[in-house]
Amino acid sequence: MKIHEYQSKEIFSRYAIPVTKEIVCYSADEVCAATEKLGLPVVVKAQVLTGGRGKAGGVKLARTLDAAREAANQILGMDIKGYTVEKVLVAQGVKFNSEFYVGLTIDRNTKSVILMASKEGGVEIEEVAKDNPDAILKFPIDPDLGMTPFFARKIAFALFDDFSLVKQAADLFQKLYKIFLETDASLVEINPLVLTDEGKLLALDGKMTFDDNALYRQPGIEALNEPTEDEKKEIAAHESGLTYIRLEGNIGCMVNGAGLAMASMDVIKHYGGNPANFLDIGGSSSPKKVIDAMNLLLSDKNVKVIMINIFGGITRCDDVARGLVSALDQMKVDIPIVIRLSGTNAEEGLKIIKDYNLPTVNSLSEAAQEAIRLVNLPN
Amino acid sequence: MSILVNKNTRLLVQGITGRDGSFHTSKMKEYGTNIVAGVSPGKGGQTVDGIPVFNTVEAAVKATGANTSIIFVPAPLAGDAIMEAGEAGVELVICISEGVPTLDMVKATAYLKKKGIKLIGANCPGLITPEEALVGILPGNIFKKGNIGLMSRSGTLTYLMVSLLTQADLGQSTCVGIGGDPVAGLYYQELLQMFQDDPETDAIVLIGEIGGEAEERAAQYIKEHVTKPVVAFIAGQSAPPGKRMGHAGAIISSGSGTAEEKIAAFEAVGVPVARLPIEIPQLIKKLLKIN
Repeated sequence: MKIHEYQSKEIFSRYAIPVTKEIVCYSADEVCAATEKLGLPVVVKAQVLTGGRGKAGGVKLARTLDAAREAANQILGMDIKGYTVEKVLVAQGVKFNSEFYVGLTIDRNTKSVILMASKEGGVEIEEVAKDNPDAILKFPIDPDLGMTPFFARKIAFALFDDFSLVKQAADLFQKLYKIFLETDASLVEINPLVLTDEGKLLALDGKMTFDDNALYRQPGIEALNEPTEDEKKEIAAHESGLTYIRLEGNIGCMVNGAGLAMASMDVIKHYGGNPANFLDIGGSSSPKKVIDAMNLLLSDKNVKVIMINIFGGITRCDDVARGLVSALDQMKVDIPIVIRLSGTNAEEGLKIIKDYNLPTVNSLSEAAQEAIRLVNLPN
Repeated sequence: MSILVNKNTRLLVQGITGRDGSFHTSKMKEYGTNIVAGVSPGKGGQTVDGIPVFNTVEAAVKATGANTSIIFVPAPLAGDAIMEAGEAGVELVICISEGVPTLDMVKATAYLKKKGIKLIGANCPGLITPEEALVGILPGNIFKKGNIGLMSRSGTLTYLMVSLLTQADLGQSTCVGIGGDPVAGLYYQELLQMFQDDPETDAIVLIGEIGGEAEERAAQYIKEHVTKPVVAFIAGQSAPPGKRMGHAGAIISSGSGTAEEKIAAFEAVGVPVARLPIEIPQLIKKLLKIN
């Protein structure tokens, strides 16, 4: 789960990490009022749950009140990668002489939280990662020890010579690690962390994402969630035990298991078709799940054919078949369905399907090719 | 031989009285796995399927000599269950539970590593040595004893691959589902080495998926340490960037972790990559020179 920059910085503030003085605004009038309160210059920043705001023109410096209003008018309502900007952050302009990068995330390889830091902070950090990976220092944190003072100092000494800055940075790293653990984060990032003309380290920007598996014990974080329309559909699906992601194609897929669902999409693509979605109905499926899944597939008007690929493990093929039959009894389905069942209780499942006069196929390749053939039939 | 589990496995089931735990206990027992104990706090003294239930893993290990534990407890309790198994001193822990918080896994994997105990999962289907021991939720009837070692980040895709292998008369030494979470126990490198050292394994199938860079590391490891033939498949060749496909691990982030890059990494070290699952048996037969 992602949150906005201003929300991340509110969390930073709670842990006494210095951030810019700033106010969230929803209209140009509010931006003007905020500017008067904070004093010029200000930076007006789009608050959207995606990266690349700066390059999209969603961040503007304003040296006059009129410029602040103009920036607000330009940014509010702007589209950034499919997200409409509904609020902006007005932040006090800060004079600084250098920019750093600090980020904490999970490192799959060392199986620990890792702190990454660089003297080359700023918008081009991804370029730095690609072109000069050595400029990004990486410190895996021993989960038993945590971010001890000596470890935090060690990282800080790698970035700064001045001992007063080392002390500030070490303190910051300890706080960031504490935030990471206490909020079940999957990313905590400050880019840039700036050294102000007054010799202070300050978070000019902030970004946090969270572990979805841990939201059940983070009610305060979950309350910040702002799902998009597509995400709302995905969340509703998740609540009925389904994982659904809408795509652009016309072959609706219903599969059990994420890997098999991806492989099914791959096979459809391989034969020249286009999957309309990723839909994993998960393990231990009940007939009700299949009905929910059918409803979800049929709610997408692009879907011209449904391909069902089940390999029973925990999922029992007869449950899927029964669910499908009762779904077809309850709803009007006027598009063709291609069914492939295999694994646990496949024979019983296939019999149910056959008794209902629905055709079945024997392999994934066959299913994909048949679905594509049906999509391409003239109406 | 085979790897990790066999006839000598003495299995303990944590969460044996739960819905999934009791169902799969009976399936594993039916397959012939030697299940010696179950654990369910507060239910010590009961039996499930004739298997004695204990309150703690420590008591179960002491009474039955269990050397392997499989975990079916709800995700919020799974990290703790892994550490309980580790503290009691089994040799191998398999965690089936799905949706375990990542930081719980960071803590649990570190603890087991310190104790020198192997972990598989979480969020995995478990593993099987055909005709010896099924430790997990895999459908036993699709497997056949043989000389192909298999490891996979996905559950049902593994079943599809195995059934294709079995249909092609390519039996399996051991098949391991390593799970799709960002932080998990044994991964490709460790398993590649085990299969490399196992005299009953002649070829290895590696089933990966998009996200992370574990496949790239595996390719490098194969180049340096594995002399047996390896073939691979990567799921998610058609996935759009930045979408989470059900596994937390399957996230494509800024130019790394795509199927294309993973396929290139394997092919660069001479590991053939099937574009369709159905090509896997042919690739193996070619490498093993079987007609």
